[in-house]
Amino acid sequence: MIKAIIKPLEEIREMIAPYRRVLTIGCGGCVSLCIAGGQKEARSLNIKLHASQLPGSEAIFNDVTIERQCEQQFLAALDSRAGNYDAFISLACGAGVQFLAERFPHIPVFPGVNTQFVGITRDIGWYEERCKTCGDCVLGLTAGICPVTMCAKSLFNGPCGGPQDGHCEVDPDTPCAWIAIYERLQAQGRLESMNEIRPARNWQGQTPGRILVEEYRTRYVQDGDKS
Amino acid sequence: MKSESRLEKILASGQFALTGELGPPRGADADAVRKKARYLKGMVDAVNITDNQTAVVRMSSLAAGLIAKQEGLEPVCQMVCRDRNRIAMQSDILGAAALGVNTLLCLSGDHQKFGDHPGCKKVFDLDSIQLLSMVKAMRDEGRFQSGAEITVRPKMFIGAAANPFAEPHAFRVQRLAKKVAAGTDFIQTQCVYNMERFQTWLKQARDMGLTEKVYILAGVTPLKSLGMARYMKNNVPGMDVPKELIKRLQGVEKKDQAREGIAMCCEQIQHLREMQGLAGIHLMAIEWEHRVPEIVKQAGLLPRPEPEQA
Repeated sequence: MIKAIIKPLEEIREMIAPYRRVLTIGCGGCVSLCIAGGQKEARSLNIKLHASQLPGSEAIFNDVTIERQCEQQFLAALDSRAGNYDAFISLACGAGVQFLAERFPHIPVFPGVNTQFVGITRDIGWYEERCKTCGDCVLGLTAGICPVTMCAKSLFNGPCGGPQDGHCEVDPDTPCAWIAIYERLQAQGRLESMNEIRPARNWQGQTPGRILVEEYRTRYVQDGDKS
Repeated sequence: MKSESRLEKILASGQFALTGELGPPRGADADAVRKKARYLKGMVDAVNITDNQTAVVRMSSLAAGLIAKQEGLEPVCQMVCRDRNRIAMQSDILGAAALGVNTLLCLSGDHQKFGDHPGCKKVFDLDSIQLLSMVKAMRDEGRFQSGAEITVRPKMFIGAAANPFAEPHAFRVQRLAKKVAAGTDFIQTQCVYNMERFQTWLKQARDMGLTEKVYILAGVTPLKSLGMARYMKNNVPGMDVPKELIKRLQGVEKKDQAREGIAMCCEQIQHLREMQGLAGIHLMAIEWEHRVPEIVKQAGLLPRPEPEQA
């Protein structure tokens, strides 16, 4: 899932300083599970913003958390109250912030979290990146360890000359992805896969991505429409 | 011949080759390149011009290489995958060939985290093996990476690096085989201090027939001091400096350590020359270009062959 961390309070305060009526909108999706942007965090942020106001300030801070900010149907729940506010703070990932801003184009929307990566939950409060969403998955060739994400140089043809004691030269706390790939392929008896040259790839994600699932295509695309 | 490279001519003639290294300056200082080049002239057959090594900004390899060429040296242009995508790389390869820079060393490159701009965006559009394949196709098939045709092919003598000392040890010769299959003509290795491990790797390469397909030059770097030896051992990724070498420098007074380091380097070169399947030495005297004449002379590598004879 997508992992995020909350922005520094000072940065959020600066962004919303000009506004009097501010609604903090939490997201019940990914950012809620990594304890960055869910209901508790929205409430907690509001308390901090309220508590750190200068004496005499008349700013109003409210909060609400919706199921997911990346879906129209859940954003619709905000329609009736949006007009009561001068600004939104969205605690969703970058996608959620944008979808919220798209639905309410007249209201300034400010991000309350920094979206970090697509990753896993090692344990509560411990998250690790695993996927760069590169669009052309090679995990089948690399024993389920992503060279694009886990190798600091995103190499495709084996380890560079730098690993030290099994760890990446860039970060001694990170295992070398290619040594891990090597060892797992070896254990699976398919090491020969590493001896083949992986050619240069066509990188995707250079323009905004869009998926139209084939079964639903006719629902969105009219006959003769080029897309 | 695949190229006009002086290094290729010398290697193809079967003579034991010697390449050097020149680190470009951190400024628009052509004289600094010329000064270093003059120490190396006549001492080495070709000289690697590093490409922003350790991810620290320096004068470009191609520009410094051209200045070195004007001084009568044969430049080996280094190209790393860290800073350029395939468009910029191919463009620079065409430019290098057009300017008479005929030898190219293809590297992944040190990660930007080690350098002076750790917050820059990394590129790594290609890795070093994919870069080798691309340069070979440009030269031999007259095709860009996209498949489009090249009007005038860049006739590059193509090189790559190998580190026999890095983990996983068993894979290192396979990685060499991949580089050979991708199209490298010559290999320059990481600095050799651990002779035993290097010999094992070279034997594996011989047994796989790789030394018949590619010229291997063993990297050597003279240790200037005990401090440098310790730094190389403990701080440089992928470097294997045996304890005995550290001990030997420890037994020498500080003022004599440079001399001892050069003596050790010359012994290493002698040892390497006796190894079957080795085509030459790559002498990396890091920020010590002015000591190269002394090292080369003491190692018995002079005179260097003239290109006419080669």
